[in-house]
Amino acid sequence: MNSSRENILNNLLEGSIESKQRKIVERDSDNPISNKKKIESLKNMLESVRAEVHLLSFNSLNEWINSELSKRNLNRVLIGSKATQKELDLKPSKSLDVSYYVNNIEDWKNELFNDIDVGITTTIGAIARTGSLVLWPNSEEPRLISLVPDVHIAIVKVDEIYETFSEIIQKQKWAENMPTNALLISGPSKTADIEQVLAYGVHGPKQLIVLIVS
Amino acid sequence: MNQVNSFTNRINKALGKKQLQNNFRSAMNYLMDKRLAKFPDYERLQISRHKSNTIRTNSVSNIKDLLILLEKNLVRNGIKVHWAENGNQANEIIQSILTKADAKKVVKGKSMVSEEIELNEYLIENGFEILETDLGEFLIQLSDDKPSHIVMPAIHKNKFEIARTFSDNFPDLKYTEDVDELTQQARLVLREKFSHADAGISGVNFAVAETGTLCLVENEGNGRMCTTVPDLHIAITGIEKVVEKLENIPPLFDILPKSATGQECTTYFNMISGPRKKDEKDGPSEVHLVLLDNGRSRVSRDNSINDILSCIRCGSCINHCPVYVKLGGHAYGTVYPGPVGIVFESLTQGLDKTGALTSACTMCGACEQVCPVKIPLPTLINRLRNESIEGVDSDSILGKGSLKMPIESGIWKVWRFIYSNPLVYLFFIRAMTRMRLLVPTKFGKWSKYRNTPKPSKRSIEEIARSEGFINE
Amino acid sequence: MTKQVYFMGTCLADLYYPKIALAGMQLLSREGVEVIYPKKQTCCGQPAFNSGYRKESLPVARSLMSCFKKNIPIVVPSGSCAGMIKHHWSELFVGELDYDEAVSVSKRVFELTEFLVDNLHIKLTDLGEPTNIAIHTSCSCRNEMRVADRIESLVSQLANVDVSVQERKKECCGFGGTFAIKQADISGAMVKDKTDALKAINADKVVSQDCGCLMNIGGALSKQQSKLKTQHIAEFLWDRTNEPS
Repeated sequence: MNSSRENILNNLLEGSIESKQRKIVERDSDNPISNKKKIESLKNMLESVRAEVHLLSFNSLNEWINSELSKRNLNRVLIGSKATQKELDLKPSKSLDVSYYVNNIEDWKNELFNDIDVGITTTIGAIARTGSLVLWPNSEEPRLISLVPDVHIAIVKVDEIYETFSEIIQKQKWAENMPTNALLISGPSKTADIEQVLAYGVHGPKQLIVLIVS
Repeated sequence: MNQVNSFTNRINKALGKKQLQNNFRSAMNYLMDKRLAKFPDYERLQISRHKSNTIRTNSVSNIKDLLILLEKNLVRNGIKVHWAENGNQANEIIQSILTKADAKKVVKGKSMVSEEIELNEYLIENGFEILETDLGEFLIQLSDDKPSHIVMPAIHKNKFEIARTFSDNFPDLKYTEDVDELTQQARLVLREKFSHADAGISGVNFAVAETGTLCLVENEGNGRMCTTVPDLHIAITGIEKVVEKLENIPPLFDILPKSATGQECTTYFNMISGPRKKDEKDGPSEVHLVLLDNGRSRVSRDNSINDILSCIRCGSCINHCPVYVKLGGHAYGTVYPGPVGIVFESLTQGLDKTGALTSACTMCGACEQVCPVKIPLPTLINRLRNESIEGVDSDSILGKGSLKMPIESGIWKVWRFIYSNPLVYLFFIRAMTRMRLLVPTKFGKWSKYRNTPKPSKRSIEEIARSEGFINE
Repeated sequence: MTKQVYFMGTCLADLYYPKIALAGMQLLSREGVEVIYPKKQTCCGQPAFNSGYRKESLPVARSLMSCFKKNIPIVVPSGSCAGMIKHHWSELFVGELDYDEAVSVSKRVFELTEFLVDNLHIKLTDLGEPTNIAIHTSCSCRNEMRVADRIESLVSQLANVDVSVQERKKECCGFGGTFAIKQADISGAMVKDKTDALKAINADKVVSQDCGCLMNIGGALSKQQSKLKTQHIAEFLWDRTNEPS
């Protein structure tokens, strides 16, 4: 008796990739847009969906984080690891209670869900046209930092802003090696399921703050 | 003719509901306007559609090879692959995965395929706790209802109904009709469920064969919750969702949200290529994909109909259908309503089950104009109409001839006799014009809504002749 | 050599609105075109084709096809009939011995407003009284024949005609041929929406290229005892631009 797999495969249209493949022509950007325009587009697109965007110099990042988080009462902070903190040159002030995501989720799920106000992550780039941040979570910066806390702060390097999704896939050679999870984040979570009225802050973060750092 | 009668009953019920008519009218207007705003440039839109059509028809013509490649790469990545010929098999597979992992509490992201196989009912019957987490689906589940639209399942509900549903199910929460407050209540209730769930079930929007990647679109974050928090993730998809290359994804991710909800892109685009790696701290340690056939493989074999498998489930055809806006989704009585539903359901389930739906179409062509992958929906619906009446049973389309109606057939034979014989026609038109006062002007239900004139006094041929037009 | 065309009256106009066909022929003739009205014509086969009865549709279409032997344009005052021949005869005649003939005939078909604008570049002088109209473009003209803008362009040449735009102008009126009988209640709900939208604007008259839509909309307006009138574009243009003798 054939397995389900065999039955299904035998039932399918016979075809071959070589014979049926039609060429797909991607419309190339005739004039790749300037960095300035990319930043502008990224900022505008994100702000149009209620994300908060700031342009900062790398040196002022630490100060911004310390002063803003205290001001907004977002004192319980989650960062991936001490290594990430060092990479961002962050020196959290005493008023901030910083946790590092070094244990498996099973060991501290309750705390992650209930005792964290804000998660800070880096990104591997951003997409100007759609206003998207691109994250490749890994062992240093696990997936849930950008999902569970009410507020997500994402740090984008100004020279890692691509114009299109196609561009970042191509330039970063994604097809060669995909991570466990690759994410495009384009705003705070939202829904229009109730009478098509837009409401923000559903299951993902209520607030997305994007810091574009040069 | 059971399916015809039950369809008629559902239609009558739908047309009688004023509130429903209003809800759908305003919802469809909203979705159509939002979509239009995203495609200001006609030429660019046609280029996008052509590209998407090419990608998806490639998927269909190469479906066998792509599924084999997809499986190979998913397995290489550590994702377990299961094949289900029908809904029963799929449900059993999922149950067995859950049981093996000792998982009882399940949270679920939106998946039309799971509706197709009635997964929730099956799991609940077998002792599992399964909770919908997409807000629209959550509302549907709480009110023991069915989705009426493939993208916005609770579109038939107004906020009063929703407020009532909430307060009935969660008496501890304050009654509110405020959309923001209702949303926050849902967030609170569901967060607790996410963090304690044993397993997450999701659909798949695109499955990339080249890299063994499952792609999901969403706005709320519940999909990410379901696929990241619990230790077990089961994804289920129709086999036609396979796409060859990673580079095919951006054009599809571009046109899908714009067509579906008039968004530049969805809040999240989630690309999963494996379970939690050794040194990773979160994500499911076990990821499964269930590939569902349920009639699709049979459809794939016939090039005159397999275009329907290109569908990327945007719902645009539904939003623009002038019949759907009057009926709402439930009247169709199927998982997929509207133009795509008429074709997909009839082709995968058989014309003997859903062929009656082919009459719910004026052939206006609005659906074809907006389909992002250029499925020739009116042509397919017309073809199915024909097969349901004149077709003789064959391999790729089931239920041919199941709507044959002797009386109707007889009328068309008479019509053919008159109109294919010019001499008979001449006699007919003379009779109609000379005896015009005797010709009835009441034709059943047509006349319930319209007055009909008497036939003209002279035929065109007579007038043409008397006006001096050459009359060959 | 004078341009020659075949004129197809349509079966619906033959039964109920022959003046539409006359107006169409007169408009063409006035432009110097020699109009041939094949007297053996009956119907393009669409009613049966759209109802699923292709076996009955084929002989009817074949009979019509035999009227158009000369290699000259075929002008039709209806988007749906033109669309049937142009886009669906190739489907209907698949596998038939006269398939090639059907395809070649289908390439010669023009909807009336399309022909007036694209082929004849007609110039119109408005001799009528000031009026306000709404334009209803049939779905077949819009989506199948893709000639929606031709009627707009013809009307815009009439100096004394203002156009009011109804809500959801592109939405189907609910005729759909036999749909209006087979799914009469859905059709009734759709035509009600359409007539509501048309009654809500300032128009005196609704003008369209298709008499199926006109029969539907006009018939509904009449049943609702509305003062709003309907007229086919051919008659409308002829009435307003023809010097009374």
